[in-house]
Amino acid sequence: MSASLGMFWLDGAESAAAFDPVLPGLIVLLPLLGFLANGWLALRHAERSADAVRRGEELDLDTGGRPSTHTLPSLIGPGVLLASFALVVVNFVRMSAVELHDPVVVRYWTWMATGTFTVDAALQFDQLSMIMMLVVTGVGFLIHVFSVGYMKDDPGYPRYFAYLNLFVFFMLVLVTGASFPVMFVGWEGVGLCSYLLIGFWFGDREKSDAGKKAFIVNRIGDFGFLVALFILFINFQTLDFVTVFGEAPEALTYGGGVVTAITLFLLLGAAGKSAQIPLYVWLPDAMAGPTPVSALIHAATMVTAGVYMVARASVLFALSPVGSVTVAGVGVATALFAATIALTQTDIKKVLAYSTVSQLGYMFLGVGVGAYAAGVFHLMTHAFFKALLFLGSGAVIHSMHHALHHTHNPADAQDMRNMGGMRRFMPFTALAMWIATLAIAGIWPFAGFFSKDEIIWYAGAAAVGPYAGLYTVYWVLALAAAMLTAFYMTRMMVMTFHGANRTGDEESKHLHEAPWTMTVPLGVLAVLSMFGGWINVPEAIRESFLGLGGALPMSEWLHHWLEPITHAATQVREEALLAAGALAGQEHDYGFLHHAPFGGGELTWALVSTVAAAVVVAGTVLWVRGWSLAPASESPEPTGFRKVLYDKWYVDELYDRIIVQPLLAVSRFFWRFIDQVIIDGFVNVVGGGARAVGWFVSLFQTGSVNTYAFVITLGVLAILGAVVAGG
Amino acid sequence: MLSQALVLSAVLFVIGTFGVLVRRNAIIMFLCIELQLNAVNLSLVALSRAVGIDGQVFVFFVMTVAAAEAAVGLAIIISIFRHYETVNVDSFNLLKW
Repeated sequence: MSASLGMFWLDGAESAAAFDPVLPGLIVLLPLLGFLANGWLALRHAERSADAVRRGEELDLDTGGRPSTHTLPSLIGPGVLLASFALVVVNFVRMSAVELHDPVVVRYWTWMATGTFTVDAALQFDQLSMIMMLVVTGVGFLIHVFSVGYMKDDPGYPRYFAYLNLFVFFMLVLVTGASFPVMFVGWEGVGLCSYLLIGFWFGDREKSDAGKKAFIVNRIGDFGFLVALFILFINFQTLDFVTVFGEAPEALTYGGGVVTAITLFLLLGAAGKSAQIPLYVWLPDAMAGPTPVSALIHAATMVTAGVYMVARASVLFALSPVGSVTVAGVGVATALFAATIALTQTDIKKVLAYSTVSQLGYMFLGVGVGAYAAGVFHLMTHAFFKALLFLGSGAVIHSMHHALHHTHNPADAQDMRNMGGMRRFMPFTALAMWIATLAIAGIWPFAGFFSKDEIIWYAGAAAVGPYAGLYTVYWVLALAAAMLTAFYMTRMMVMTFHGANRTGDEESKHLHEAPWTMTVPLGVLAVLSMFGGWINVPEAIRESFLGLGGALPMSEWLHHWLEPITHAATQVREEALLAAGALAGQEHDYGFLHHAPFGGGELTWALVSTVAAAVVVAGTVLWVRGWSLAPASESPEPTGFRKVLYDKWYVDELYDRIIVQPLLAVSRFFWRFIDQVIIDGFVNVVGGGARAVGWFVSLFQTGSVNTYAFVITLGVLAILGAVVAGG
Repeated sequence: MLSQALVLSAVLFVIGTFGVLVRRNAIIMFLCIELQLNAVNLSLVALSRAVGIDGQVFVFFVMTVAAAEAAVGLAIIISIFRHYETVNVDSFNLLKW
């Protein structure tokens, strides 16, 4: 099957039976219905709680059974996702059965029509949106199930599921929208849900501030996105994907200023949503939300929207070498920078947060060098293993929280220095997280090996034509960041799960494995993290032992599956390189070389990187196990360069100094001087004048009939005099 | 004939106006207002021969309104008197800001 899939776009003339989506609207609509149902339950629950508080009682979830507002969301929340996922799978099977060449666009109604600008509420079904829908609904369903266990005792339980369902709805709109404006609706919607869920425990000032930070930083990115849409509209008179991407190679000059501006503004939008330099600062703070939210929104789905957008607009990026090299540069810089911060963090979720930023950087590197399928591949495998890591950390935090809660210990439940030896209490979680760690570290044969290695390889293989030197540098940096990844992830695992337990003697008695609603999703994700990479084994290593000697039927499947999406961009890129003569006398595929900058083929470097990563993991295990760690309260503050990394290179402080404080100073100037002195002063003078005039005129209202009669008579005489004199 | 009537009307009107301005007794002021009204009536009637019958119709209106006004005005004066035991308008200046 893979061979035929690989060929069909070349001879589109004999396109086979048409793909007819089954209930496409329902896929998107089901989570929305879930939101409405759960939202209604949340309101009912809030009313009841308010009544209980008014009566001076407390709503205790442990006595008298759980109210229906808590049992129903457990069914509705994951239920709608499961139904949605089933529909996506049905459509996926049908799409695989036919050789779909052009995207299928389902139009519902005209959303807006003003002058020449028309936007339809339309959904687009093609290979890329299908992959995204599978990830969003599939991983989303597992995380919903996990949430049932994790959020069980939270008073905001129905509200939580309402937000989560709403998020999935907007995410599906984002990935299926058939035009930029519809995509933008989803784009903003997921931002809203992100804000709501980061600040889910809004009673805590720090957490609600984190939500605001995420929302505000994203506004900067959205500004870029919108400007890009305006430029696109001026040039195409429409914002429908099919038209824009179809006409782009003819309508826009290769490497021209217009397409470069479009791609750079799109990159700004993507950098905001996907937490890339310089707008990454919101994501680590977003860990204030519940841990399943971090897994779903801030690791697996929403933050990958930027990568999806670049892959979707791949034609535009291929037309702009400057845009592409910037995307890749931002990506690799973020990958390395975030990895250095992750080295010294002690909060388990902070390590994972910076690791997510770093891995998103890899995805940007992939789509930046023109390996769009590799970027989407890493997006997918990352959704598996990072969701697993976050959910696993959630299980650990859940357990820690219980133990500390029972013993009234105020220690931080997320600080790895308070953990240690957790593997004895939670063996299953430890095993699952080790699988994810090996996957993210790029150890063969786990999922991350294939996806990350492909991205790094293509970064090196893209060192041809314009900016060849830069791509070489990117390749080296990406390899370095991969080694850092292996180190900080192993460090996190050893600090959490190995060595002696540091929680406390009394506390450790309360540590326990998570309930089945939490371990089952972990298990499924562990399987996916193990085998998810086999769907895209590169051709070059397929026949070797790394690809099990070609025994697998699905090798390069994703690459071929996405070819209808990426072939236009690949063509543009290859033609440009051929025209420039950059590929003369060199072996290449789609404009990518067959050898890395310093020699060696894909197989050699895959072997080198996985062996190096394995060495780093093994070395780190031995090294970190030897550390004498103390609980957080007894640990000394980090010093020297370690402190710089621990304090995140002081980027937040820098932003505070150069952006936030000047902005506040300007705002204060406008408030205290322009507003309070000048504008208020003017208004006060006008008001005071009116009062003074009123007071003066009121003196004439004496209340005495005689005065009035006298004045009236005088007035009549004056008018008469004027008439007589004028007449 | 017309000019005499108009002169009389003017004289009566000025007397009425003067009375309203200089007297303080509300009833006297009231009578003076009636005098003004009737001065106007007189000129309307006098002019009707030259201008048309409309003036005479208007006079009826004025008389009707004056009668109604007299009823209301006197009622007000009586109730003011009950309260203040005086009808000197200098004593009433409550209706102001």
